Amino acid sequence: MVEDRSTAPARAVLEAPDIARVLTRIAHEIVERAKGADDVVLLGIPTRGVFLARRLADKLDQITGRKVPVGSLDITMYRDDLRLGPARTLARTEIPGDGIDGRLVVLVDDVLFSGRTIRAALDAMNDIGRPRAVQLAVLVDRGHRELPIRADYVGKNLPTSLRETVKVQLAENDGRDCVLLGGPHASRHE
Amino acid sequence: MKRHLISAADLTRDDALLVLDTAEEMARVADRPIKKLPTLRGRTVVNLFFEDSTRTRISFEAAAKRLSADVINFSAKGSSVSKGESLKDTALTLEAMGADAVVIRHHASGAPHRLATSGWINGSVVNAGDGTHEHPTQALLDAFTMRRHLAGAPDGGPTHHRGPGDGTGRDLAGRRITIVGDVLHSRVARSNVLLLNTLGAEVTLVAPPTLLPIGVETWPCEVSYGLDPVLAKTDAVMMLRVQSERMNAAFFPTEREYARRYGLDGARMAALPPHAIVMHPGPMNRGMEITAEVADSGRCTVVEQVANGVSVRMAVLYLLLGGNEPAVTTTHSSPTTALNRDAARRSDDFEENDNR
Repeated sequence: MVEDRSTAPARAVLEAPDIARVLTRIAHEIVERAKGADDVVLLGIPTRGVFLARRLADKLDQITGRKVPVGSLDITMYRDDLRLGPARTLARTEIPGDGIDGRLVVLVDDVLFSGRTIRAALDAMNDIGRPRAVQLAVLVDRGHRELPIRADYVGKNLPTSLRETVKVQLAENDGRDCVLLGGPHASRHE
Repeated sequence: MKRHLISAADLTRDDALLVLDTAEEMARVADRPIKKLPTLRGRTVVNLFFEDSTRTRISFEAAAKRLSADVINFSAKGSSVSKGESLKDTALTLEAMGADAVVIRHHASGAPHRLATSGWINGSVVNAGDGTHEHPTQALLDAFTMRRHLAGAPDGGPTHHRGPGDGTGRDLAGRRITIVGDVLHSRVARSNVLLLNTLGAEVTLVAPPTLLPIGVETWPCEVSYGLDPVLAKTDAVMMLRVQSERMNAAFFPTEREYARRYGLDGARMAALPPHAIVMHPGPMNRGMEITAEVADSGRCTVVEQVANGVSVRMAVLYLLLGGNEPAVTTTHSSPTTALNRDAARRSDDFEENDNR
């Protein structure tokens, strides 16, 4: 998605150092709430959730000194809006070798918006295994939930209007780290 | 946008790669405890088989069921077709039952095209083999198998890997594929030549002159009458079944002579480069085009091809039915048949009906 700067100049609400600090805090919160994060499995939701999950895994590694299994969970086939557009390209689902049965799964995504992505992720996980518990970590919560879903770990609460766009850019994918808030714009975040 | 998969020539390079990459992700579902996705829930796929088939029908059925579609199997034997019902009336019946996709195998070349362009049905039509014309999903699964084994390593050379995910995003540029045998009666050969050419591979057909179709010189491939000279320059050799049920004349003197000149035995297999694979679309005639020694060797990918067939067909069904319109775009540049140009012209009339 290309930011349309001519109509709506995008404002960076988080820069690279902010994102790094936010992820460090979330990692500490995970360790605190999971009492050491022994059985934590991180599952990122493609595309950018996967990069965030890997970064969180590195932070958890630094804090606990243990490798945390990290994988990706593609939710395309479980979306509730598949029939509203052309068939979407699939992304990779990569479940860590030991699986997710009986583990504490932390789902990781970049932006929490309607909650429909997370609903699909819960369905997708249902076909893969039975975790002990599921938690949700997001970099940005922009509000406007359409389902009874909330995040356990939030990088930044960002009150937005429905006409604004929130775009997360990560170095692995976009060449730079930042969260951009676009002005009134017709299209919703993906 | 087109809603049907009739010919391998309908697929652009990007479309073909999209199907193969999607199939790569679908293949992972087979490794899960629950081999099922909810994606096509509530959609109906009809397997309309006017000709005998084991592999293709079971493969399409498994693919549709793994995507949670409802599957109706229809075989001409034991149906009203044996009472003389026409293709049109059968199609109208299926339409009345609300088929979202019709997978058709027919002994007449062009039957899927007729079904897709006649206006009898609104659903997608997938060609599962028509006469001696085309079998596009077989070509896709063959390309998928080749890509897993042969897609270029980062240094450009051939690699011999088996792991899932290998080759994702890559085409078959520069790979040399040899297709041997009964090209005349083979829909697999035609679809493979078209698709492999789209993917950048260099294809050589090897057959006695009597088993080559008229007009083969216009196909995007080389032709050789001898097998031995091309073996050393082959990354994958595909042996075709000698289709004696379609042979109404003497195409070669004896089976023994055919096997000696065009059959793949241990000695010929040894002449292949070490990384080369041996493929066969099945069913195999052991002792005819392939010896048991080769068929049972580790280089023969027949069983792997069957497994890949389910993944590839899941990808095709998902891309045609998963959204409100197919994700596979098609340009109609098929050089081989007037049939395809005709399809291009006529399918334009259908665009308006797409937003059902």
